[in-house]
Amino acid sequence: MAEGETQSPGPKKCGPYISSVTSRTVNLMIRGVVLFFIGVFLALVLNLLQIQRNVTLFPPDVIASIFSSAWWVPPCCGTASAVIGLLYPCIDRHLGEPHKFKREWSSVMRCVAVFVGINHASAKVDFDNNIQLSLTLAALSIGLWWTFDRSRSGFGLGIGIAFLATLITQLLVYNGVYQYTSPDFLYVRSWLPCIFFAGGITMGNIGRQLAMYECKVIAEKSHQE
Amino acid sequence: MTLTERLREKISQAFYNHGLFCASYPIPIILFTGLCILACCYPLLKLPLPGTGPVEFTTPVKDYSPPPVASDHKPEEPNEQPEWYVGAPVAYIQQIFVKSSVSPWHKNLLAVDVFRSPLSRAFQLVEEIRNHVLRDSSGTRSLEEVCLQVTDLLPGLRKLRNLLPEHGCLLLSPGNFWQNDREHFHADPDIIGTIHQHEPKTLQTSATLKDLLFGVPGKYSGVSLYTRKRLVSYTITLVFQHYDARFLGSLRARLMLLHPSPNCSLRAESLVHVHFKEEIGIAELIPLVTTYIILFAYIYFSTRKIDMVKSKWGLALAAVVTVLSSLLMSVGLCTLFGLTPTLNGGEIFPYLVVVIGLENVLVLTKSVVSTPVDLEVKLRIAQGLSNESWSIMKNMATELGIILIGYFTLVPAIQEFCLFAVVGLVSDFFLQMLFFTTVLSIDIRRMELADLNKRLPPEACLPPAKPAGRPARFERQLAVRPSTPHTITLQPSSFRNLRLPKRLRVVYFLARTRLAQRLIMAGTVVWIGILVYTDPAGLRTYLTAQVTEQSPLGEGALASMPVPSGVLPASHPDPAFSIFPPGASKLPENQTLPGELPEPGAPAEGIHDSPAPEVTWGTEDEELWRKLSFRHWPTLFSYYNITLAKRYISLLPVIPVTLRLNPREALEGRHPQDGRSAWPPPRPGQGGLWEAGPKGPGTAQAHRDITLYKVAALGLASGIVLVLLLLCLYRVLCPRNYGQPGSGPGRRRRGELPCDDYGYAPPETEIVPLVLRGHLMDIECLASDGMLLVSCCLAGHVCVWDAQTGDCLTRIPHLGRQRQDSGVGSVLEAQESWERLSDGGKGGPEEPGDSPPLRHRPRGPPPTSLFGDQPDLTCLIDTNFSAQPQLLEPAQPEPRYRAGCRRAQASPGYDFSHLVQRLYQEEGMAPVHTPALRPPSPGPTLPQAPEDEGGFPPEKGSPSLAWAPSADGSIWSLELQGSLIVVGRSSGRLEVGRGDVCAGGLWALLARRCSQPLGLQVWDAIEGTLRCSSEEVSSGITALVFLDKRIVAARLNGSLDFFSLETHTALSPLQFRGAPGRGSSPTSPMYSSSDAVACHLTHTVPCAHQKPITALKAAAGRLVTGSQDHTLRVYRLEDSCCLFTLQGHSGAITTVYIDQTMVLASGGQDGAICLWDVLTGSRVSHMFAHRGDVTSLTCTTSCVISSGLDDLISIWDRSTGIRLYSIQQVGMLGATGFSVF
Repeated sequence: MAEGETQSPGPKKCGPYISSVTSRTVNLMIRGVVLFFIGVFLALVLNLLQIQRNVTLFPPDVIASIFSSAWWVPPCCGTASAVIGLLYPCIDRHLGEPHKFKREWSSVMRCVAVFVGINHASAKVDFDNNIQLSLTLAALSIGLWWTFDRSRSGFGLGIGIAFLATLITQLLVYNGVYQYTSPDFLYVRSWLPCIFFAGGITMGNIGRQLAMYECKVIAEKSHQE
Repeated sequence: MTLTERLREKISQAFYNHGLFCASYPIPIILFTGLCILACCYPLLKLPLPGTGPVEFTTPVKDYSPPPVASDHKPEEPNEQPEWYVGAPVAYIQQIFVKSSVSPWHKNLLAVDVFRSPLSRAFQLVEEIRNHVLRDSSGTRSLEEVCLQVTDLLPGLRKLRNLLPEHGCLLLSPGNFWQNDREHFHADPDIIGTIHQHEPKTLQTSATLKDLLFGVPGKYSGVSLYTRKRLVSYTITLVFQHYDARFLGSLRARLMLLHPSPNCSLRAESLVHVHFKEEIGIAELIPLVTTYIILFAYIYFSTRKIDMVKSKWGLALAAVVTVLSSLLMSVGLCTLFGLTPTLNGGEIFPYLVVVIGLENVLVLTKSVVSTPVDLEVKLRIAQGLSNESWSIMKNMATELGIILIGYFTLVPAIQEFCLFAVVGLVSDFFLQMLFFTTVLSIDIRRMELADLNKRLPPEACLPPAKPAGRPARFERQLAVRPSTPHTITLQPSSFRNLRLPKRLRVVYFLARTRLAQRLIMAGTVVWIGILVYTDPAGLRTYLTAQVTEQSPLGEGALASMPVPSGVLPASHPDPAFSIFPPGASKLPENQTLPGELPEPGAPAEGIHDSPAPEVTWGTEDEELWRKLSFRHWPTLFSYYNITLAKRYISLLPVIPVTLRLNPREALEGRHPQDGRSAWPPPRPGQGGLWEAGPKGPGTAQAHRDITLYKVAALGLASGIVLVLLLLCLYRVLCPRNYGQPGSGPGRRRRGELPCDDYGYAPPETEIVPLVLRGHLMDIECLASDGMLLVSCCLAGHVCVWDAQTGDCLTRIPHLGRQRQDSGVGSVLEAQESWERLSDGGKGGPEEPGDSPPLRHRPRGPPPTSLFGDQPDLTCLIDTNFSAQPQLLEPAQPEPRYRAGCRRAQASPGYDFSHLVQRLYQEEGMAPVHTPALRPPSPGPTLPQAPEDEGGFPPEKGSPSLAWAPSADGSIWSLELQGSLIVVGRSSGRLEVGRGDVCAGGLWALLARRCSQPLGLQVWDAIEGTLRCSSEEVSSGITALVFLDKRIVAARLNGSLDFFSLETHTALSPLQFRGAPGRGSSPTSPMYSSSDAVACHLTHTVPCAHQKPITALKAAAGRLVTGSQDHTLRVYRLEDSCCLFTLQGHSGAITTVYIDQTMVLASGGQDGAICLWDVLTGSRVSHMFAHRGDVTSLTCTTSCVISSGLDDLISIWDRSTGIRLYSIQQVGMLGATGFSVF
């Protein structure tokens, strides 16, 4: 009885490009790099948003003000976003439920825009008190999750990320690496977890969208056989 | 019916009517909507234009006092004073406007003399001002006490340290260029150079140092070698901290006294307060730009999804217009009802767009284009609207709810945002319903018209009907369906979109629209425009003149000119470049009056010296500061780290000062080097052209030439850069290796158009379905392997088609009947088949309806009706030949075959004897009816005869019992692989047949083998020969899977049988027939015609499901069963071990699909399609696909294709579960299946 030899995959005719793209590690690396740069970019822009409260007319050194925060902030944010962006699809895969809700680039762009908007609100809008600000941002973050994610794993991971990041920030501030102007939640601002949560959701969204390409390519490859 | 459903129905109905209405009267509706938009936007005219331009407010000088601070703001005159006019201004600015000329002019004077001595008077004036002290009753007051004391310059401005005052009064004059030191000035050989040394070399819009110190726009200063009016004007700018009317009055009086201006008509009556908005710096701009980039990416990705319309870009534009005008309407309405926007519009705009979104528009488009194309446009629009009505309303309600929640945050900014968003949402909905729907209907109509024009030729290319030999009943069938419902014409682009990589699509798009060429053309036009505009003699000067006279803040209009800096040196504002003084055509008051005061000594020389300029003071001099850059004052104050953002300054009326110098003074002030310089005195040109002495024009000409050359070189260089850039872009976008298959991102598949191998597609793809005609009744089963297509109709006929050409290769007319008739008519049939095959060989593609056996044979009632539910009959056969295997053993040439048969025989272990008896009683006619003749062997099969006779001696007597007509049942399932066909019957028989198109008298063989009394029968099929059949279980075979060498049969009673098929080449004379003529797909095993096929049962799962198994598929070592008990089960193929039971459907499973990627799709009677992950057994997605059963389902790598009882074929995106397209079938698709390769 020929039992096992029933499926003999034909010889693969893959070009170097395809094989390199479909190789999982290379794909992972590409995604990581892309996510890293997105994270760095967002960190720079959003940091600028936070710093820019009273802008002078022609600041003598605009470039310096862009990089006015410590040099390590953008790389840290980039690394974190790469980790988050890779973690989300990975967890999805392990849970066995690939995230299929609104998997389009337009939706991802919308998500990023809302995230920037949340940051914008936290920086620009004058609130009466911190509680109000934090509650509003929390509601906005949850709304972000509900609008663009709606997966329990995403929510859990977002909460975890927010908690962890806030803890790290507390430690950093405690050790005097930097500080907030008016801390109201131990050493940091109370809206920080909301921002972290929304950031986690956003980066996860981007990461999942990027991972979809890998899925597609791998599916293609296996289909070619 | 619940409330929700009723509501849903109402909404759907309303949308339907609305869609009909919109599509019926498109033009009036669009006009009405446009009027609405305009009406709602009308209040916007009252709003100040968004921007950072300063705002003015004028108060009379008399009785001026600084306005009170905000706390005691008086409400009685709210509309008179702007709200920013509170508190003291940052500073009061007093300009002392000096106009100076050397008069009378002498021909010996040099060009330098025009401004050297006038400038030198600035030092004297500054000293006078500095030393001015007011003495009155309240004591003495000096300038130092009232002026604005400045401290250090900003650290970044070290180079200006010597030029701008520090630690003292902010007093600016041209003398600052020489550190307010007259000696420096006199020692300076090159005044122009000194003045221009800090001028930036590029086009800039902010104030330069020269502007700051001179206080007048560069071209009015007259400090130029080429000016024709010998009038120098500059200001001395004083900045006061406090308003001291008496001090100012005394200063004014003193200066007017010292330097009287005889014909001065200036009325120093009003104070102008200028309020500066918040200036957006570059750093501030970065987040803004980022949000806009994200916004555009969002719009791009959204509008890209619009498809299957006539003008994709037109619709995308309409979508964007919808959103934008809804925002404008929102702002306009809010303004109308008294809410003034306080938020920065530019900042919140992207968020508003994102909140409002383009989704509804896209959903509408998709819904409309997925309606059946053959409907009327009105109906399509109406249906599309009504299909999506519920989701649109739901989304809208959700968004409104979210925004209302936001409104209760009680934060003013957020509340305002929410208010705008709510009004925007509502107006967006209004526009979608009226504007966009109508545009869509117009677009669809256009597409229809275009389609009509385009489609006609392909329709003509359809296989022409053969009027000659067509049998009557096919004519009748055609008459039933007069239109050709099978011709589904997909929009070509959409079909291509399904397959092509995105990158290629972009390139196709570029190629199709000639975007690159158009861009280059547009770029060239813009380039020429810029050249014309910035040409020194060209448009710009004219426009500037026009603009500065109209706009209140002259240079502000130029500030936004999008000229890339550094590219156009010709646009340098440096007056040294302005060969033709721009002031020539303006300032008529300052211009020399023709024929007035000619120079006494000059005319004799023949050199036309212009007459001495009349220093006049007009009203335009009163507010010369308006012609300065609007950033003039912010720039000045920013040097001392004082921001004017959201604050205001007050400009005091200028003090006019006229200086008249005589030539002697001018000569005295001359620097020794001035005489040696090559500059001749300026001469007025005729008609605007420079014509003069030998030296001067030469340099000027050379200067201009160089400028032109520079421009030309830069243009060339940037052109080259552009081309290179495009080349790089092309490289990036296009794969370098077109020709290699599989080099793209792996989206090419077998069976695609050949064009893809070259990365190029023909612009149009026509898809005309092949219509296979030949079945008389509804088609029951369908199987295909890409090359062959096997179909079976209710009448029991099995047809084998060539999937590529549509030819009918073989027809197996009613298997059961043939066996029944085999005794009588085998000779005739064999002959007929001979004829038929030879006909086919001669005449190429055979007309399906012409098959003689079909027509000759009288058609009986479907066998199922009588005997399909009598499983005992099949068992009868078994009982009859139960003893045969032992007998056969010595003579049997295929031991495995026999062994398998025996096992199959042994496994069920039924006692059939009583059934036999019963059958005989119930149906006594059967033995009579069936002739007990041994089939005579026709000529071609003669060589086989001895072996056959030796091999199967017992069959001679048995066929009468074995092949009663009722025994077969109807065909319930059909599978095809290679050239083997597996047929499952309602009687529980499993038949494996083979078929190829080689000639041969197989009918005899067929007849003989059919009658062999074994439990397993191997059917030699597609040609029509039975090789093996198996019937040991009475329950009908509802579904079959034939994968590699396995056959799995699902039975009506819910049990599963796993068979293994073995082939081996029999050393039989049949070999001479050679290789099969029709190849099968390369991966599937080949069964040559001479192979013996053995089939035996390996496993049985007795109770796989509680209810009948309706669907069965296998791939990747997994077997999936779907049953009427609403569940699916996944089995391992090797050991028939059940891995998962999948629950999720709310109806019986009707179809399943599984492929090598372990993606499992299932469709049920509930109209839902579920996608599952076979590895984990979890449900991936769930789509409500059809109204009614899902009848068939298949997947590609990116899509799921389903058909339902609602006669729709839907194509879904596999990853997102979004319906991409749906195709309405008019014909009876319901019961059939399809497959995709």
